[in-house]
Amino acid sequence: MPPEAAPKLQHLEETRRPPEDPIVNADSGAASAELGLVAAAGDAAAVASGDLAEPAELGGRVKLPQAARGRIFELAVYGATGAFIAIVAGLFIELLTNSWPSISTFGLSFLWTSQWNPVTDQFGALPFIYGTIVSSAIAILLASISGVMAGAFLAEFSPIRLAEPLSFVIELLAAVPSVVYGLWGLFVLGPVMRDSVEPVLQRYFGFLPIFSGTIYGVGMLTAGVILAIMIVPTVTAISRDVMRAVPDSQREAIWALGATRWQGFKMVVLPIARPGIFAACILALGRALGETIATTMVIGNRPAIAASLFAPGYTISSVIANEFTEATTQVYLSALIELGLLLFVISVIVNGLARLLLWTIFRPMES
Amino acid sequence: MSLWSWRSKAAGLVGVVLALGTSVALAATQLTGAGSTLDYPFFSKAFYQYSQQHADVTVNYQSIGSGGGIQQFIAKTVDFGATDVPMNAQELKLANAPVLQVPVTLGAAAIGYNIPGVGKGLRMTRQLIADIYLGNIKKWNAPELVKLNPNLKLPDMDITVVHRSDGSGTTYIFTDFLSHVSAQWKEKVGTGKSVQWPAGIGGKGNEGVAGQVRQTPGAIGYIELAYVLENQMTYAQVENKAGQYLYPSIETVAAAAASKPEVSSTDFSIVDAVGASSYPISGYSWVMLYEHPSDPARATLVRDTMEWLVTKGQAVAKSVDYVPLPENVQQRALKIISQMKV
Repeated sequence: MPPEAAPKLQHLEETRRPPEDPIVNADSGAASAELGLVAAAGDAAAVASGDLAEPAELGGRVKLPQAARGRIFELAVYGATGAFIAIVAGLFIELLTNSWPSISTFGLSFLWTSQWNPVTDQFGALPFIYGTIVSSAIAILLASISGVMAGAFLAEFSPIRLAEPLSFVIELLAAVPSVVYGLWGLFVLGPVMRDSVEPVLQRYFGFLPIFSGTIYGVGMLTAGVILAIMIVPTVTAISRDVMRAVPDSQREAIWALGATRWQGFKMVVLPIARPGIFAACILALGRALGETIATTMVIGNRPAIAASLFAPGYTISSVIANEFTEATTQVYLSALIELGLLLFVISVIVNGLARLLLWTIFRPMES
Repeated sequence: MSLWSWRSKAAGLVGVVLALGTSVALAATQLTGAGSTLDYPFFSKAFYQYSQQHADVTVNYQSIGSGGGIQQFIAKTVDFGATDVPMNAQELKLANAPVLQVPVTLGAAAIGYNIPGVGKGLRMTRQLIADIYLGNIKKWNAPELVKLNPNLKLPDMDITVVHRSDGSGTTYIFTDFLSHVSAQWKEKVGTGKSVQWPAGIGGKGNEGVAGQVRQTPGAIGYIELAYVLENQMTYAQVENKAGQYLYPSIETVAAAAASKPEVSSTDFSIVDAVGASSYPISGYSWVMLYEHPSDPARATLVRDTMEWLVTKGQAVAKSVDYVPLPENVQQRALKIISQMKV
């Protein structure tokens, strides 16, 4: 029984409030218990168990006992969690079931075949796995370096008045829809890469196979750059927060020993913040692996593995988005679904490894 | 005023609005269709006009792609399906009931290009297009191209081939054409809504290909005719079977269709058609209907809508830069629809 209800019994018998009183209705918990008390004219036992229903003239709402309310809340919380687990498990099972025709036709060789021929129904996932991994690798390489540096600037080196607006602007990058990035990439970044960046790279580093070959403007490198721009806000924001969380006492200690700001940052803040920065990069990588529309507009959509980064490529999410609606044969559809299953598995592995790594880093810290 | 009665008043108002809304909608029967994206601009305008003229029918068309259209049609969740390539024997077996396939509109692939210093007026032979897409011809100043276009200054520039990355009816028409004119293409690649392209980069949708072509000097790509006309792009004259160099247009595509009036779902290819004014890269788009529909009242409405679509509805096609069916094909379509047992 709510402790505050008993003393109020006496008070309410004199001052019975009408049901339309907004103050009563706003303070629903205790107040409706009070009205219930008034209606029953002080039946203490009924009040104690809270099993009182209000009479019709007060609206007739049934109030449940506190224990029951607690149980319902517990059920709801467990239920919501269970529902999410069931959805993920169901997703995996559904993907597995629907890709079975392809799995049984191609077996494990699906993973290392380079063919993608819808006319003869010969499918292989290798170019897509390669494209997904390479474009995400370029993205995380570019984004982690620039994102951590931006986060460090915002956390350590920038004037305080500048830090907030700059953080806001960088986080705005995350709010831009993916398809807008794709359009910008096709019409702005593509020509810039084709006319300025890639020719320069080819002139000075053209002896490397990754910078050789025909320059189209669209291709693996452009897709990597766009993905990097899309995931930089995540890396920056989390790095900044993690670095800010390093206690000032640590910084002051090393400054007191005569270190410069940069030395303090390198020797104290960065090592402490490293697990968090790593987690930020993994989170960003997860986004880059699954990014569909922006990638498909700038990657060139060619299911071929080429040594050059200037060459067009293809990612798993792009091919699914492109070909799913028009795939008519059973094998074709299930090959696409099997690609989806592969992406699911790759994402789970990447995230799982990251969590495992973080767990091993944090375990010794707890003891 | 108490919070509770405000809430109940608001709920009541929402309920009344919903009831009014549904009652208005319920007055007209809503027919549903799904499928080809190629048809969508034409269908959306045509069905809207039909609903204006016939208050008892509205048509809800979902352009989810031909594959999706066939699946929904087989699952009987829609009244009619639309596809760029008629259902083949395997799909008809899945449908497990006789299916009527009606030609409803025409599509064509225009060859757009972006060559610095060269405007309108590029000529291509059929074999040349095949060679470019096979990767056999790699530069714009190749001797075959120069010989064909003596009055154009073709630069020493790589040809960037652009194709569709998504499955599409336009790709089907284009690869069907290439298979007809080049034995090497037929053997190496074949015909399909999606194929394994020997060369080039893929753009998503007509917009993707057009965007790539516009952005990339030295690019060539095949784009749906309606899109090319609406966006005033530069496209090439293509040689047809009779040796004439033609621009794709409503007239030349209709001429290609008129040259084969006995079109059917098993014999539907009109690429490389005979006739002096036939554009060689043309094709139909189809609507699928069940021969023995289960709901007679609904089926009557569907039949009437389709009969309108292939006759009077064709006038709408021109306004969205789609090619109307020629007279003889309209009669053929009507004959197929009349087989509906309703």
